[in-house]
Amino acid sequence: MEITPRGTVFSWRAALVLGAGLISIPVWVILASLTQPFGDIWQHLLDTVFRDYVVNSLILMVGVGVGTLVLGVSGAWLTSMCDFPGRKIFDWALLLPMAIPAYIIAYTYTGLLDFTGPLQSTLRETFAWGVGDYWFPQIRSLGGAITMLSLVLYPYVYLLVRVAFMEQSTAVLEASRSLGKSPWQTLFQVALPLARPAIAAGVSLALMESLADYGTVDYFGVSTFTTGIFRTWYGLGDLRTAAQLSSFLLLFVFLLIGLERWSRRRMRYHHHAAQNPPSRITLTGWRAAACFAFAFSIVFFAFLLPAAQLLLWALQNWQANFNAAFFTLVTNSFLLAAVAAVVCLLAALFLAYGKRLHPGKIEEAAVRVSSMGYALPGTVVAVGVLIPFAWFDNTLDAWLRDSFDVSSGLLLSGTLIALVFAYLVRFLSVSLQTVESGLLKIRPAIDESARSLGLTPASVLGKIHIPMLHGSLLTALLLVFVDVLKELPTTLILRPFNFNTLAVRTYELASDERLADAALPALAIVLIGLLPVILMTRTIGREPLMDEIRDNELALQ
Amino acid sequence: MNSQLELHEVQVKYDKVEAVRDVSLTLEHGQIGCLLGPSGCGKTTLLRAIAGFEKISRGTINLGGRLISSPQFTLPPERRRVGMVFQDFALFPHLNIERNIAFGLGNNDGEEKRARVAEMLDLVDLTPWAKSFPHELSGGQQQRVALARAMAPQPGILLLDEPFSNLDSELREQLAGEVRDILKHNAITAILVTHDQHEAFAMADHITLLKKGSIAQSDTPYNLYHNPSNAFVAEFIGQGSIITVTVDEHGALGNGLGLLDKGYSHWSAGQTLHLLVRPDDIEYDPHSSLQLSVTGKTFRGAHYLYQLQLEDGQTIPCLTPSHIDVMVGAHLPVKFNFQHVVVFDSAAV
Repeated sequence: MEITPRGTVFSWRAALVLGAGLISIPVWVILASLTQPFGDIWQHLLDTVFRDYVVNSLILMVGVGVGTLVLGVSGAWLTSMCDFPGRKIFDWALLLPMAIPAYIIAYTYTGLLDFTGPLQSTLRETFAWGVGDYWFPQIRSLGGAITMLSLVLYPYVYLLVRVAFMEQSTAVLEASRSLGKSPWQTLFQVALPLARPAIAAGVSLALMESLADYGTVDYFGVSTFTTGIFRTWYGLGDLRTAAQLSSFLLLFVFLLIGLERWSRRRMRYHHHAAQNPPSRITLTGWRAAACFAFAFSIVFFAFLLPAAQLLLWALQNWQANFNAAFFTLVTNSFLLAAVAAVVCLLAALFLAYGKRLHPGKIEEAAVRVSSMGYALPGTVVAVGVLIPFAWFDNTLDAWLRDSFDVSSGLLLSGTLIALVFAYLVRFLSVSLQTVESGLLKIRPAIDESARSLGLTPASVLGKIHIPMLHGSLLTALLLVFVDVLKELPTTLILRPFNFNTLAVRTYELASDERLADAALPALAIVLIGLLPVILMTRTIGREPLMDEIRDNELALQ
Repeated sequence: MNSQLELHEVQVKYDKVEAVRDVSLTLEHGQIGCLLGPSGCGKTTLLRAIAGFEKISRGTINLGGRLISSPQFTLPPERRRVGMVFQDFALFPHLNIERNIAFGLGNNDGEEKRARVAEMLDLVDLTPWAKSFPHELSGGQQQRVALARAMAPQPGILLLDEPFSNLDSELREQLAGEVRDILKHNAITAILVTHDQHEAFAMADHITLLKKGSIAQSDTPYNLYHNPSNAFVAEFIGQGSIITVTVDEHGALGNGLGLLDKGYSHWSAGQTLHLLVRPDDIEYDPHSSLQLSVTGKTFRGAHYLYQLQLEDGQTIPCLTPSHIDVMVGAHLPVKFNFQHVVVFDSAAV
C-alpha cells in the first residue's frame, strides 16, 4: 500500500540524510584527522604530557566511577528499599547536586578549603598553628577533582539504579528471604546483581561526563585530554594536533558507549515489572539515625554547603557585582540559550517526524547519527566545528579574492552561528530524545484515525500532535536551555571576541582567583540548573511514573 | 505430638480493613492443605502471614510446635524454614538453574551442598539444564526449578502461591498431579493457594475455602463437593443450581419434584427449602413421563449440559451423553436422582 507518492518519500529521505550529514560533520572531521600526518608537536607531546593525559584521565575515570557508584547505589537503596525519617525528602533532594556544574562546585570548595579559606583559617586560629605546621588535604589535585565530579555526577547512577530497585519483582526479594537470607544478604546477593545493568549504565553516563569535564580539571591544574586539547589549540595554535588528541579522547568515549549499550541490552532479561511497590524495611533507633546522617551528608556536601557558600559570597559582594554588566551577561546567556534551544527543537521535530512518517533503515540511521553528539566532550565538538568553519571561510575568502578581488574575511568562524551550530551538535540528542519519547506515546492508530477522518499530515501535526506533545516540547526546550547555560568549554573556545556568558564569566573570575565575585553568575547558573531537577523530582515523587523516566533513559539508545 | 502447622484464630489487618479474620487451621506432617477462594478472599494474605511477610493482628501461628507469629512477635521470614513457590516463580535471573537451587543452602561450598543440588535437579528431572539460565527454560521447567529451589533447604513447610496460574491450562492438572506425587513421596507438608478448584482437588488432602477473609468450610475435597455446609460453598465448588421449593401438606416438595421423603420427614408443610441440584442429580430417562423444556444447552464433547426449566420457571442443570441431542425449546424426558441432593434451610443461604 502506497499512500504517499514516491517523490515525497525520496525528498524526505534526502533531507534527513543531508541533515544528519551536516550535524555529524564535527565527528567526521575529528575522526578524519587521524588519517593526516602527525606533526612535530606530537614528538613533544609524547615526550612530555601525553602520558599524563592518559594516566590522569584513567585515574579520573576509575575514581569517579567508584565515587558515583558508592554514593548513587547507597542513596538509591536507602530511598527505594528502606524507610527512615526524612526518606520522602531525600527521594528528590538527592537529585539536587545535578543542578551544580562540576566547575562551580570546584570553585566553591576551593574557596572553602584553601589555605586562606574559612576552614583552615579557623583551624590555625584555634590551635595557633602556623604555615606548614599541619597537614591538610590539597583540594586542587586529582583527588580533589575526583571528589568534586563524584559529588555532582552520582545522581546519574542514583536515578537509574533507583528505578531498577523500584521495578525489581517483590517476589524475587521475598524468595531470597524465604530461602534464609537476611535483608543485607538479599541486597548483596540478589538486589545488587539484578541492578547491575542499571548500575553500569549510570556509571558509564557519569564517566562520559567526567571525561568531558574541562572546568574542574583545568582549575585544579590536572592535565587530562580535555585540558590538553584546549592547550594545544590555545597555547600552541595547532588545530590539527588538537583534533588528533580529540580523536584519542573519542576512543575512550566509544568504549564507554559500548559498555553502556551492552549493559542495557542485558537489562531485557532482568526486567520484571513490579506488581506492587516493594515493602520497605522500616528502620528505627540508631539505624534510622545513621541512614539519615548518611543521606543528609550527601545532600549537605554535594548541594547545601556549596549553594550556601555561593549565596553568602553573592550577598557579601552584591553591590559590586549586581550591575549593568551582570545584566548584559544574563541577557547574552539567555538569548544564546533560547536560540540554541529553539534550533535544537526544530531540528529534533524535523528528524523525529521524518522518521515517523517514513520509517526505514536509512531514516533510522540518519536519526542515530544526528544524536551522536551527546557523547562528545565540549572541547571535541568545538575543535570539530572550528576546522570546517575555518576551511569554509578561508576557501570562500580566497575564491572571492581571486575572482572579484574582494575579501569576505571570517564569515562564520568566531560568530554566534558557529557557537549555535556547536550547541546543536552537542545537545540535539537531548531534545530529540524528549520529542521521540513524547511521539511514542501518540500511538499510530491515533494518526490513522485522524487521517481516515480526513486530516492531512500537516493538520494531524497541528490538531493532534502539537496539543498532545506540548509538554514534551516544553521539556525539550527547557533541558537544552539549561544545558547551554551551564556549558563551558565549547563556549569558551567558540565565542565571538568579547562576548561573555554567565558560565564564561564565572570561569574567568575564578581563574583570576576572584571567587567571591564569581559567586553571583555561578549562583544564577545553579538556580536555573534547578529547573530541570524540579521537573524530574515531580516525576520521581509519583512512583508509577518511574516508567516514564526509564522510557526517557531508554530513548537514549 | 504437635501438628506441623497450627493457625489459631488468626486475624490480619491492613490499616482498618480485616483481610483475614478468625482463621483456625491445622495440618499434620506430610499433609497437603489448600487455601481456596475467589480473588480478594484473603488466601494470599494468609499464606504471606505464614511465610512471615505479613504481621498478624490477633491469634497465633505455630510451625513444628514453635511459635512463629503472634501480634507481639513476627519471626523474620529467613528464620522460619518456610519454602515458598511464587506465582511468577521469582527465579533469580542472574543465576543459573544450579545456583538458583543452591541459593538457600548456605554459603559454604561443600560436597553435601553439591549432592543436594544434584538430588533436587534429578527429582524435578532437570539435570541437563543445570547450567542454563531461567529465561532459557519453558514455563513448566521454570515452575519445577522454583519447586526444587524451595524444597532444597528441607523447609518445615512448603507454601505454593498460585503455582500453576502462569502455565497453559492443559498443563495445569497434569503438573498438579506430578507436584503432588513429589511432595507425597518426600513426605513434605505443604499449603497451596489457588482460585481453581480443579487444582485444589488434584493436589490437596484438605481444602479450606475462604470467603471474605473467613473460613466458609474446611474439609476434605469429597465433603466439600458433596456436603457443602452453606450455599456459598455449594456455588463455588462444582456446578449446580440452587432452587427454592415449598413443602406441601403431604411433606412432599413442590414444583413437581415429587416426594423426597427418607430422613427428611421433619419438614413441616409450608416450609421453604433450598436445594442444591448438581447436573448429575437429573438423569435422562426416555421412559419418563416427566418432560422438562430445554432453555439452553452447551456441547461438552462427551456430554451435553442442558438447562431445563421447572414449572415455576426456575432452571436446573442436566448432564446427558452427547448423542442425546434435543433442540432448545423442545422437551427432554428426565427423572430425578436425589439421593445426594443437598438441602439447606433458609438460614444457610
